[in-house]
Amino acid sequence: MKIVVLMKQVFDTEAKITIDGSGKINKQGVSLIMNPYDEYAVELGLRIKEKLKGDVTVVSVGGPEVQDALRQCLAMGADKAILVDPGTDDIDEFTTATILAKAVGSLEYDIILGGFKAIDDGSVQVCGRVAEILGIPVVNVVTQAEVEDGKAVATCDIDGGSAVIEVNLPAVLTAQKGGIEPRYPSMKGIMQAKKKPMQKIGLVDIGLDAAQIAPKVKTLSFFMPAAREAGKIVPGEPAEAVCELARLLREEAKAI
Amino acid sequence: MFFNLTEEQELLKKTVRDFAEKEITPKAAEMDEKEEYDWSLWNKMADMGLCGIPYPDDYEGAGMDNISYAIAVEELSRVCASSGVIISAHTSLCAWPIYHFGTEEQKQKYLVPLTNGEKIGAMGLTEPAAGTDAGATKTTAVLDGDEYVLNGTKIFITNAFYADTYVVIAVTDKSLEHKGISAFIVEKGTPGFTFGKKEHKLGIRASATYELVFENCRIPKENLLGQEGMGFKLIMMTLDGGRIGIAAQALGIAQGAFEAALEYSKIREQFGEPISANQGIQWMLADMATRIDASRLLIYRAAWLKDNNMPYSKEAAMAKVYASEAAMWVTTKAVQIFGGYGYTREYPVERMMRDAKITEIYEGTSEVQRMVIAANILK
Amino acid sequence: MAKGIWVFAEQRNEEIKKVTYELLSAGRKAADALGEELCAVLMGKGVSGLAGKLGEYGADKVFVLDADVLENYTTDAYTNVLADLAREHQPTAILLVCSVSGRDLAAQVAQRLGTGLMTDCTDMTMEDGQLVFTRPIYAGKAFVKAACPEVRPVMATIRPNVLAADAPQAGRGAETVAVSAGAGDVRQAIKDIIKQISTRPELTEADIIVSGGRGMKGPENFAVLEELADVLGAAVGASRAAVDAGWKPHSFQVGQTGKTVSPVLYIACGVSGAIQHLAGMSSSKCIVAINKDPEANIFKVADYGIVGDLFDVVPLLKEELEKLLA
Repeated sequence: MKIVVLMKQVFDTEAKITIDGSGKINKQGVSLIMNPYDEYAVELGLRIKEKLKGDVTVVSVGGPEVQDALRQCLAMGADKAILVDPGTDDIDEFTTATILAKAVGSLEYDIILGGFKAIDDGSVQVCGRVAEILGIPVVNVVTQAEVEDGKAVATCDIDGGSAVIEVNLPAVLTAQKGGIEPRYPSMKGIMQAKKKPMQKIGLVDIGLDAAQIAPKVKTLSFFMPAAREAGKIVPGEPAEAVCELARLLREEAKAI
Repeated sequence: MFFNLTEEQELLKKTVRDFAEKEITPKAAEMDEKEEYDWSLWNKMADMGLCGIPYPDDYEGAGMDNISYAIAVEELSRVCASSGVIISAHTSLCAWPIYHFGTEEQKQKYLVPLTNGEKIGAMGLTEPAAGTDAGATKTTAVLDGDEYVLNGTKIFITNAFYADTYVVIAVTDKSLEHKGISAFIVEKGTPGFTFGKKEHKLGIRASATYELVFENCRIPKENLLGQEGMGFKLIMMTLDGGRIGIAAQALGIAQGAFEAALEYSKIREQFGEPISANQGIQWMLADMATRIDASRLLIYRAAWLKDNNMPYSKEAAMAKVYASEAAMWVTTKAVQIFGGYGYTREYPVERMMRDAKITEIYEGTSEVQRMVIAANILK
Repeated sequence: MAKGIWVFAEQRNEEIKKVTYELLSAGRKAADALGEELCAVLMGKGVSGLAGKLGEYGADKVFVLDADVLENYTTDAYTNVLADLAREHQPTAILLVCSVSGRDLAAQVAQRLGTGLMTDCTDMTMEDGQLVFTRPIYAGKAFVKAACPEVRPVMATIRPNVLAADAPQAGRGAETVAVSAGAGDVRQAIKDIIKQISTRPELTEADIIVSGGRGMKGPENFAVLEELADVLGAAVGASRAAVDAGWKPHSFQVGQTGKTVSPVLYIACGVSGAIQHLAGMSSSKCIVAINKDPEANIFKVADYGIVGDLFDVVPLLKEELEKLLA
């Protein structure tokens, strides 16, 4: 089974977001992590490999700093990593999907996995776009998957519940937190990771040029949400405070 | 000279931190309160390969260096000092002497299950009248046919009761004084080997501390570690390495307390501004950060010397005395920054301050570390 | 020549979702500004009767795709139908609801049409003659304004509760266009659908959310919150600490690694207010915090706070609100 995982490196969930002098998101000094949902995808990939044999290749788009996250995937047990540097910051989901699809398209694959969303831009579309470009089906927001040769049966979140969906492979599945916990890299895995192949390539290497990846969406500006002012502490013993709170919610906030 | 960690060390640090924060942090206060360790955490640490970090792959260790080991102990101790000492005592005090002095048979039989985490290790050195002064050991081991017969009592033994494998120090020839001391591997469950009382401690309360009692405990003579009379040297060398582990534990405690205090100083407001706006608090924070960094550099240097097979006895003692005293100082200041809240169990700094104290005591008190340093610089 | 603002009318169990009306109201304004028509696209099985409602909320035209194959959402069937329809009519914009299916459909259609997509938008405005979308990034720690200047249609998914729904105009009609589009090859075979049995609204759509954190101390104590939620017709949420402790499933999690919500009222009980939680709920209109730690971060964003033990406060609050709402 040839398993491909699409992985994104993101800001740590604890990161404080600020805007720099040029109006862009400040990346200085922010610690970076593997997108938490991608960890589920890697774990799912490793479990499929353990059950059906095969190998796991992790593919990512980004600058050299992404190697840290890729190394983590290798330490968890992935076999190979590919990093495509787009050479530009001016990218959108169309760009990323186009690059990923092109990079993956040159590999053998039976199943492609990714996190259902990235916690930074939260746009929930790159993996779906990759499926569309490659002409294979997608099942999103998967919490559990049974994979056999030729097909996958996935339990996924739907509006108002969950569904069990079967697709023939190759297919794209995007992982949501659910039935499986991602493993921690083992110490041996960390030591082995440095011996595993990490391929760093650029757009030319996969036969793309800047025009082909030009973004469709144009970012106009970034801004911070209006800071919420700390409101009032309703004083008094619980019974008293609750009474006043109910009144405030109705009369002042008009929230109930 | 480089001050950055290698890629592997960086990933190890991040991995152990993630693990500690997700798996151990939610349990740390409760384990302290109940004076009981959740041993399911041991199994998880074993799965990750945290039980044999600085031992080669041939013996199912992780094949990492001692700096990596120190980083791991620091990261565990940053959220739970008990977890730090459990790994440190296991790795430095039990696995190491077997790795360094053991025969190939002993390594296969005893070291491999320790490094892969199948078994837990401990060391029995301290006695009512003998601590770091191993020469005053009273426990005896007498060769009788193919067996040694052990008699005596050990106290303050970390990991005891839960550990499977013990490295025990005993006198084989009293007339030879230091040169009449030997080390043995004793398995839990050996007839004549029982546990005495459990200690109730000020800190590291989740870490088990028991007495070991040997009453005509017969062990096969193959369980002699090294040769007869090598026990004193074994102990001194083992403690040198152990000090790196305890220094790393102290560093982790200090780091955890510092981060908590720093965060709190930014959100706690008094007189209309965060308390971190006060110079009094700022200077405390600056000194905390400086002492922590100095500790870390001393520890890394001692570990680096060990990795490079260079003498490190003095440097390990320096790291241990400095880091443990820094931990006590930093945690005390952290409680101070938290004020009244810091004194309660609502916040972790109270536990950290209690945990810090032991690092100035075990595996050689601060006074003993200074003796070691002085002896080295005066020779 | 691109023409028309389209709204994908989300319905469930043959009922139009309230957020669809929010989209229609915003779409109406955009269509008027551009001098184009507002079209609703209604897909499902047995849904034809719902078209009238869409007219009352501002649609000029309703494309109705009523077919057995559209009874339950599948990525391929819906994508094939919507993409074909869009190719035929070349709309200026397609707006969808940021629901599980809305997001899924939007991504596939956007790629098939070779266009840009902005998801989870919290605002839509008209600036210099083009539609500009505001969307949160880092789960609301920052926002970005973006547009799709060159390619049509512009596509966006919009979060419930962020745009105002105008009052319906009774009797306002819309031209209904029945379309019989083929769903094509559907590669996702639905084997089973498990409906969540809950009388409470979904987190992302709820007007009121009652949420519990580490201070809940255990799964059994969530009953206290559920009782309060039921008085208010609210959804129940949980912080990551509570979910990580195994007290509630991940579907309850509010925050950067859970759901991002914008209810009218958010009541946080025993929630410390970690940055990743705040990111997921600080766009709530009114926030109430109940926590015994007066230093808890959550008070920094709360409009109203009560410092006290939630196990004392919440039952009293339930009683008080019961009286008030009776």
